[in-house]
Amino acid sequence: MIDKTVPDVAAAVAGIPDGATVMIGGFGRAGQPVELIDALIAHGASELTIVNNNAGNGDTGLAALLAAKRVRKIICSFPRQHDSWVFDGLYRAGEIELELVPQGNLAERIRAAGAGVGAFFSPTGVGTVLAEGKESRVIDGREYVLEYPIRADFALISALKGDRWGNLVFRETARNFGPIMATAATTTVVQVDELIPLGALDPETVVTPGIFVDRVVAVGERAWLSDGVFVGGVDIEGRPLTDAPAEAEVDQ
Amino acid sequence: MSDRISRQELAQRIAADIPEGSYVNLGIGAPTLVANYLPEDQEIILHTENGLLGMGGAPEEGRVDPDLINAGKQPVTIVPGAAYFHHADSFAMMRGGHLDVCVLGAFQVSQTGDLANWSTGAPGAIPAVGGAMDLAIGAKSVYVMTDLLAKDGSSKLVAACAYPLTGVGCVTRVYTDHAIFDLTPGGFAVREAFGENTVESLSALTGLELS
Repeated sequence: MIDKTVPDVAAAVAGIPDGATVMIGGFGRAGQPVELIDALIAHGASELTIVNNNAGNGDTGLAALLAAKRVRKIICSFPRQHDSWVFDGLYRAGEIELELVPQGNLAERIRAAGAGVGAFFSPTGVGTVLAEGKESRVIDGREYVLEYPIRADFALISALKGDRWGNLVFRETARNFGPIMATAATTTVVQVDELIPLGALDPETVVTPGIFVDRVVAVGERAWLSDGVFVGGVDIEGRPLTDAPAEAEVDQ
Repeated sequence: MSDRISRQELAQRIAADIPEGSYVNLGIGAPTLVANYLPEDQEIILHTENGLLGMGGAPEEGRVDPDLINAGKQPVTIVPGAAYFHHADSFAMMRGGHLDVCVLGAFQVSQTGDLANWSTGAPGAIPAVGGAMDLAIGAKSVYVMTDLLAKDGSSKLVAACAYPLTGVGCVTRVYTDHAIFDLTPGGFAVREAFGENTVESLSALTGLELS
């Protein structure tokens, strides 16, 4: 019998060594596997290379991992935000290395790793400082830049539901990097709101097939759902409205 | 002096140029205003690069869904017919030339259509690019929405960009508060001048030869 479920988040992140490359899903707060990140902080691995679209928001999740000084390098497209003070401080102090990658190249480099593609030519970034020093080629009259895959030792992602084989469905725009990161890591760890019985997911609607998943842990339903139905009553960070500060500033 | 139109009027003007049936990405900041003026009786599908086609307006109070956000990480809603997808698919839509129109802000646009909108290159600044470079080279039509003049009075339309580039030769048209400019093989061509502006007065403001 195949059973990829693990009993708790500590078991889910077990074995992540110092110096590992870890992909962390999410775009801002949406899809960020906060429970797994908290478990990674408790687990204690350090000198990590993190792959994420951003570099942490506020003081929780990825920002908390950075604040705990566990991250040597971050590969992302958009580190600077109105609430990225943890990263900003580390970067200005020279305590973290940044590899800045255009968002689509970041996604495709992850996809390429998972798909076994050795490298690919992208038109994104041609003629910009982010393509400096990279091999380029003109194909059918258009210039492209050679981009290499990004692989990881572990991927930590968040999904809505999963079964013991690791078949997954996501929710709304929280899907973002989850399906591609799941393909690009040696060990893919998924937190789900709910573990459901094998066969309960409609095969036509499975987004990530279980072949890409190694560990599944249930963390309970997100605060803005009740028995799978959206009930609201939270702010954009998922905090109850009664505790929420004023509307956040706009950024990317 | 009636030589400028407001940002809202400019957003309205851009919206009027987007045909029904278009797939459109509106960049962070002022370009998002364009959504307010898209005609409700037409089907124009908004793309947000974090993974949604068929984006609707802001949710009602108390109905913010942290899983349903736009590229600016603001809460949004969906329209009937919407679709979710992962990031590689989303950027395939952009890079693969499937989007009809994107509207972006700018620090500078050159007369050869180069766009600079992601970094001032200032020392000590923390760089952040997001999806700007993918959008700039991906959409069939790249519209820039900007004031013609920077806060210091200098022209944002330039012979060559001084700021770090976002994309090379990628801009189709520039909508400014003074006039609309098309990019042509000969440089900027005034498509429509607002109020008292003329090709001559715009040439004087920009220091560029215009047609």
